[in-house]
Amino acid sequence: MNTEGVDKSKRQFLTSALTVVGAVGTGYLAVPFLAQMQPSVKAMAAGAPVEVDISKMEAGQLIRVAWRGKPVWILNRTPEVLETLKTLGPQLRDPLSKESIQPAESANAERSIKPEIFVAVGLCTHLGCSPTFRPEVAPPDLGDNWKGGFFCPCHGSWFDLAGRVYSGVPAPTNLEIPPYRYVTDTQLIIGEDLQQEKGA
Amino acid sequence: MKPSRLTLCGNWILERFPLTNLWNEHMAHYYAPKNFNFWYFFGSLALLVLVNQFLTGILLTMNYKPDAKLAFDSVEYIMRDVNWGWLVRYMHSTGASAFFIVVYLHMFRGLLYGSFKHPRELIWIFGMLLFVALMAEAFMGYLLPWGQMSYWGAQVIISLFSAIPVVGDELSLWVRGDYVVSDATLNRFFAFHVIAVPLVLVLLVFLHIVALHEVGSNNPDGLDLKKIKQTGRRKSDEEEEEKILRGNNPDLKIMDSIPFHPYYTVKDLVGVAVFLLFFATVIFFMPEMGGYFLEHANFIPADPMKTPEHIAPVWYFTPFYAILRAIPDKFAGVIGMGGAIVVLFLLPWLDRSKVRSIRYRGGIYKKALLLFVISFLALGYLGTQPATPTATTFARIFTVIYFGFFLLMPLYTRWEKSKPLPKHLTYQPSLEERLPALIDTFHEVTVLKQVQLQDGTVVNKRRPNARGILNVITRLAIKLKKSLD
Repeated sequence: MNTEGVDKSKRQFLTSALTVVGAVGTGYLAVPFLAQMQPSVKAMAAGAPVEVDISKMEAGQLIRVAWRGKPVWILNRTPEVLETLKTLGPQLRDPLSKESIQPAESANAERSIKPEIFVAVGLCTHLGCSPTFRPEVAPPDLGDNWKGGFFCPCHGSWFDLAGRVYSGVPAPTNLEIPPYRYVTDTQLIIGEDLQQEKGA
Repeated sequence: MKPSRLTLCGNWILERFPLTNLWNEHMAHYYAPKNFNFWYFFGSLALLVLVNQFLTGILLTMNYKPDAKLAFDSVEYIMRDVNWGWLVRYMHSTGASAFFIVVYLHMFRGLLYGSFKHPRELIWIFGMLLFVALMAEAFMGYLLPWGQMSYWGAQVIISLFSAIPVVGDELSLWVRGDYVVSDATLNRFFAFHVIAVPLVLVLLVFLHIVALHEVGSNNPDGLDLKKIKQTGRRKSDEEEEEKILRGNNPDLKIMDSIPFHPYYTVKDLVGVAVFLLFFATVIFFMPEMGGYFLEHANFIPADPMKTPEHIAPVWYFTPFYAILRAIPDKFAGVIGMGGAIVVLFLLPWLDRSKVRSIRYRGGIYKKALLLFVISFLALGYLGTQPATPTATTFARIFTVIYFGFFLLMPLYTRWEKSKPLPKHLTYQPSLEERLPALIDTFHEVTVLKQVQLQDGTVVNKRRPNARGILNVITRLAIKLKKSLD
């Protein structure tokens, strides 16, 4: 039996060393555990571009397609709507879309490649509900200030028919415009990376 | 006499496990104040509902399929084809709402009698953690039926994380496990709902009760109860003060207290019976509760392309949801919603009043609490309604009152003039003892009148007495005003 006293500094060193090694080991183990909850390879691979035929769209009509599991809207805007859009500037938070997400081709007043055809991801930039299409002017439930647009039923955000957000509502930015291009005059491809297309 | 086999068997266990000690410490020798009233039912009822959720939940997992393609149909399968599946499912869904009713009343009891104040701050903190875990449990459980409300509710709540600067988008992606709410999200929410959060709940209930039994239960008078001699001989206060002893001295007991078992186990059984009466009524006659317990839109399978016209969370989240909606800024809204819960954690340190119970507080706290209750209920109602401009204005007013109650508390509780505390627990007349007074009131508001019937006979009939009614209303109004001073 050891009759010498306890070497406290040695014991302290061993305790500290064990703590450090244990903490590092836990840290390493946490990486696969936490990364396991990231989107899987399969989820990341899904999301092929979507082709849309717009030849049969009537004036004022809205169609919905699914892209990456999200609703994408294609709206055929009438000339009256485009006129109204020009007058809304002062009521909007970001009328020129400087802080909002859209491809360069759509970074204009109408937020589209062709003024009459409007394409947008149909999810509110606030908390991701899909806003309701309300093209009518001044309906009783929304009041006289409503000039037609998208109304989010979840938290009451207002967007005009160019997906631009009004001021004083919860949504921070305009609706997102996905990358898209015209294959022909009546054929759209949504979700194809435009930069890659140009480079190829 | 030779001990029986049963006794020997019992002794064998007791030599190896402190069963008697545990029972005595937490039941038979746990002394609780003798004047617990109606408000003290809800702790044990919360435990009952927890057991209900565990049992029915285990049965539901036997037939439920956590798969985006199968989930909705498997719930319908449980409802239609599984033997008694409808009962188990309705017990679980009604149990979720019952849990929140019971817990909200339990928390309100804390506000009434200052149960969160020194030395019970940690009980309150554990309780608040339980409340947060319960909200997470309920939220993730609500996704599982994979209906329209499940889907869009989850979409909104997960998007809350995206409002956090810098890491927000990555964080919400990590929570969902996909770019939208999808099969991956459903599957992991099932895991959390069935395994992870229930374990946390059980652990927190354990901590909540251990902390409670360490410092002892509060009482409707909010008095500190001292340990006194078992004999019941009452000494002068100074002597009593000296006699405060710690530890398990069998000669000492806590003044004005009775053992939890059998007194409060039996009392709680009455509460359980009344609760089950209401619970069963809902399960059998109104399981959807007019769309408040199970929302109508949730009987439509999840459609990622279309949000329902009117989306609202289940009723127990609506006060916080109304606050989120009232603030016209994404990040500030999320902060407001989170803050509404965080501020509850801080309650023990916001309240500077010298007394615990509302019975001895000044009028200002009573009025503030009344305003808070009104604003909480109003926010709860507004959260179920569409976000019209008028509704939003009202929601903003009530949000200000909600936060005002907490954030101004350090000021108004410091100024308030509390009433002198009694030396002993006070005695409130029971309903039975109040009965004669109630009968007197009935006589006062009615008058016997001779009425001639159609066949000519004259009978005495009770008719309302206008003057009597006026008197009673005046008395009640004066009493109400006094009770708020």
